[in-house]
Amino acid sequence: MNDTVKRLPFDLTVWTVSIVAGLALLAHEAMAGHDFSSARNARWQAECGACHVAYPPQLLPAPAWHRVMARLDRHFGTDASLDPGAAAEIGAFLERHAARTSRDTASGRITDTGWFVREHDEVPAATWRSAAVKSPANCAACHRRAEQGDFGERSLRLPR
Amino acid sequence: MGTIDSRFRILAAAMLGAAPILASAASPAELRAQFEAAAREAEPAYAGLSASRGEQFFRSRHGSEWSCASCHTDNPLSAGRHAKTAKDIAPLAPAANPKRFTDAARVEKWLRRNCNDVLGRACTPREKGDVLAYLMSLK
Ligand code: HEC
Ligand code: HEC
Ligand code: HEC
Repeated sequence: MNDTVKRLPFDLTVWTVSIVAGLALLAHEAMAGHDFSSARNARWQAECGACHVAYPPQLLPAPAWHRVMARLDRHFGTDASLDPGAAAEIGAFLERHAARTSRDTASGRITDTGWFVREHDEVPAATWRSAAVKSPANCAACHRRAEQGDFGERSLRLPR
Repeated sequence: MGTIDSRFRILAAAMLGAAPILASAASPAELRAQFEAAAREAEPAYAGLSASRGEQFFRSRHGSEWSCASCHTDNPLSAGRHAKTAKDIAPLAPAANPKRFTDAARVEKWLRRNCNDVLGRACTPREKGDVLAYLMSLK
């Protein structure tokens, strides 16, 4: 008799805790798909964000970042060379937060990965070619908060 | 713990703040004078920097895909746009953007990259000086 009185609050606590934990996990999973703002580094932001948005480290695996960093002097048709100190710091940052999944790409392009192609299969071909977009690597043309590491739906606007 | 931590933070902030200034703070006029001196050393018969030669240089493709103007526009008082990525680039002329040519290391880094992209080689001190004379002549 005493037992049931005690058990009710206990059960409630267990339920509340597991519901809250479950919701937190769900929120985390949902965020994981499009919010990359947790990994920040001032040098990476300044150096890798000068010519395009600083692509989040979570979008390529460590070996791909390593290859990108190893040939910055011939970087997708441009010279993006860095002094060795900056290159070492940025390389370490990218590899520390790199994708754990197999999103590898020989070209070093995020836009060549199977993941990118799948996420973007609903974008019409004409949109990719439009003057406002020019290149699929121009994330910020559609993801208006790409600079902040936010690729969520709320900040997504397709240019016409 | 707290004090060590905050002391470290103050020290780190001081180092971060001070290092670039000590290393390479400059003004456009100082940098122009440095380029001019280096140009004179390389070519003893040299007659001084020329803003109009700098303008020509800035607008020429030098046989490549891009000129300086491809990204910084024909009017460097206005904002530019990266020719490949379409990202906005703040104006290059000091009159329109007081941050320009105030950090020697930054200037050298971008000239190394951009000259390599446009000319396939480093720019000479004279070319750098002419371009800066041109950019400083814009008001
Ligand atoms: C001097 C300009 C410049 C700098 C600095 C620069 N990049 Fe790039 N980057 C480019 C250009 C140009 C492209 C090709 C864009 C395109 O095809 O639309 C590119 C493309 C990329 C791509 C491939 C994008 C894709 O998926 O198609 C990655 C990854 C990349 N850069 C990473 C970096 C990293 C990391 C840094 C910093 C160490 C950096 N970039 C600094 C100019 C630059
Ligand atoms: C032409 C417009 C466009 C460009 C350019 C673009 N995207 Fe997207 N992106 C979209 C659309 C549309 C979706 C699908 C949104 C959805 O289905 O909810 C998407 C989805 C995503 C998602 C998944 C979001 C989620 O909620 O799971 C990520 C991450 C992403 N894009 C990253 C990038 C990156 C990184 C780049 C640049 C290398 C880029 N995108 C370039 C339009 C674009
Ligand atoms: C492909 C595009 C592109 C071309 C071509 C280009 N630049 Fe740049 N330039 C940039 C970008 C991007 C930056 C860095 C972003 C910023 O500073 O706003 C930059 C920065 C600079 C800076 C740094 C100035 C400072 O103090 O901040 C100088 C100097 C410069 N460029 C000169 C030139 C000259 C001279 C040429 C021609 C030989 C040239 N650029 C060609 C894209 C270009």
